[in-house]
Amino acid sequence: MVRYMLKRLASLCISLAVASLVIFTVIEIAPGDPASFMLGINAQPETLAALRTELGLDASKVERYLSWVGGLLTGDFGISYTYRTPVAGMIAARMWVSLPLAFYALLLSTLIAFPAGVFAAARRGKVGDMGVMGATQLGVAVPNFWFAMMLVLVFSINLRWFAAGGFVGWDKGFWAGVHALTLPAIALALPQAAILARVMRSSLLDVLGEDYMRTARAKGLTTRQTLWRHGLRNALIPVLTIIGLQFSFLLAGSIIIEQVFYLPGLGRLVFQAISARDLIVVESVVMLLVFSVIIVNFLVDLAYAAVDPRLRSRA
Amino acid sequence: MRNNLILGTLLTSIFVFAALISFVWTPFPHTAMDIPNKLQSMGGEHLLGTDHFGRDILSMIMVGARTSIAVALVAVGIGMGLGVPLGLFAAAKHGSLVDEIIMRGNDLVFAFPSLVIAILITAVFGASAINAIIAIGIFNIPVFARISRGAALSLWKRDFILAARVAGKSAARISVEHILPNVTNLLIVQGTIQFSLGILAEAGLSYVGLGAQPPTPSWGRMLADAQTMVTIAPHMALVPGLAIILTVLGLNLMGDGLRDYLDPRLRVTRI
Repeated sequence: MVRYMLKRLASLCISLAVASLVIFTVIEIAPGDPASFMLGINAQPETLAALRTELGLDASKVERYLSWVGGLLTGDFGISYTYRTPVAGMIAARMWVSLPLAFYALLLSTLIAFPAGVFAAARRGKVGDMGVMGATQLGVAVPNFWFAMMLVLVFSINLRWFAAGGFVGWDKGFWAGVHALTLPAIALALPQAAILARVMRSSLLDVLGEDYMRTARAKGLTTRQTLWRHGLRNALIPVLTIIGLQFSFLLAGSIIIEQVFYLPGLGRLVFQAISARDLIVVESVVMLLVFSVIIVNFLVDLAYAAVDPRLRSRA
Repeated sequence: MRNNLILGTLLTSIFVFAALISFVWTPFPHTAMDIPNKLQSMGGEHLLGTDHFGRDILSMIMVGARTSIAVALVAVGIGMGLGVPLGLFAAAKHGSLVDEIIMRGNDLVFAFPSLVIAILITAVFGASAINAIIAIGIFNIPVFARISRGAALSLWKRDFILAARVAGKSAARISVEHILPNVTNLLIVQGTIQFSLGILAEAGLSYVGLGAQPPTPSWGRMLADAQTMVTIAPHMALVPGLAIILTVLGLNLMGDGLRDYLDPRLRVTRI
């Protein structure tokens, strides 16, 4: 297990290093000089030079990459080109909207998908199964931002159960925050729940065909007992992978959903930064998103090894 | 199920035809504004109503289908064109350093969801349909690489490949002449699924303004326009939404149907 973890840890570090290098390079080749963009076309050469030094744009590319990565590690993301405030602070404030939203959606997606998948697998080929599969077929076809608009139309504008947009802030209390994130989370969770339910069903069906399931039945366990004691645990392995993958889709998807609900999250920040050509903010947000995805997939790999001992020895 | 294939193909063809017909005919010019007739509901002179500028929604949907299909199709082309050779190459060199590098590279691209790639590209080069294609296309590469590698690996163990090796064929020739034809079905099915995901991704990107730019109509931007009008003109949001859902549903049903039709044993991973 230790060897397996070390190996995964090494590949985690390489992934992060390569990802940061790719992002840095792409932002580097962007046309235009941030300093002259900030000061406008009438800037004096001396002011420009001073600002370039202040922003650290004078240093060589290697130095700048190293200082950027060093800054990321110590929580110093640099100074925003347009707002002149630390990027870390801007991101930290927005993270408290985007991350809870993604986790909330993941929770909802899992809560919907598990029972639906188990139900469909238990009733394979019957009306219930066909109903669930039909619903999931529709679920994966619905764009989440369109679904979000429909939710707003029904639950905010007609029924007035939820606010149509905006975020009250966590200081108004935990449940007020949860309430504000409920519609966005449902909109995000639905398509992912459809995918997860399909994976759950097919994974469970694979397991149900295994010999040990017949053995469990033969030794006298009821269908329900075999399903819960032996079926689910083994069926969970592929489901775990998909949950890990879904986290990245949910985090990226929250960027779009935030536009529908006018939520002050990372998405709003990144789109404002793009239109203001505030590349240092874009760079940091993108790195942060990629970082979260890589870390989550690493954790899923570890969970995988904990569930399935065969994976440990294979490494 | 045969029904899936028929229904899916039917739905898909409707939108492909609508896109093709739009090159020669649309009910109204899709950019023509007609303010006195703005926000008309469905069923009048304008079959699917008009938007806040009085533009005919049916015409915009038809021309928008062109954008969606073109972006998704080229993105699948990029994914297949680069992903399949990479996957086959990795499988031929299974267990080597090259294989490891290709697969790790795949994992890395997977860590950049297409939206994040699009954000990075637009931040640097600006928003356009071409950049949307690249963003979706790059994300398709690891999907095709992974699936063709997986399928090729199991083929490499088969007797007829062994026979080809004994006959002195090189790994490259075996990959092209024996492996590729045997994974084609799988690629067609996965291609259909990536096509439908591409339509969804294009809609999402143009909704947030990272896709095709005005005046090129796109379903995603029609939805962005509809958002502020949703209380007074819900049809502006309903029509493009249904267009996306039906196209994606059609492609998915077609993919499922094709999979069962081409080979009932095939199992395609759907991500």
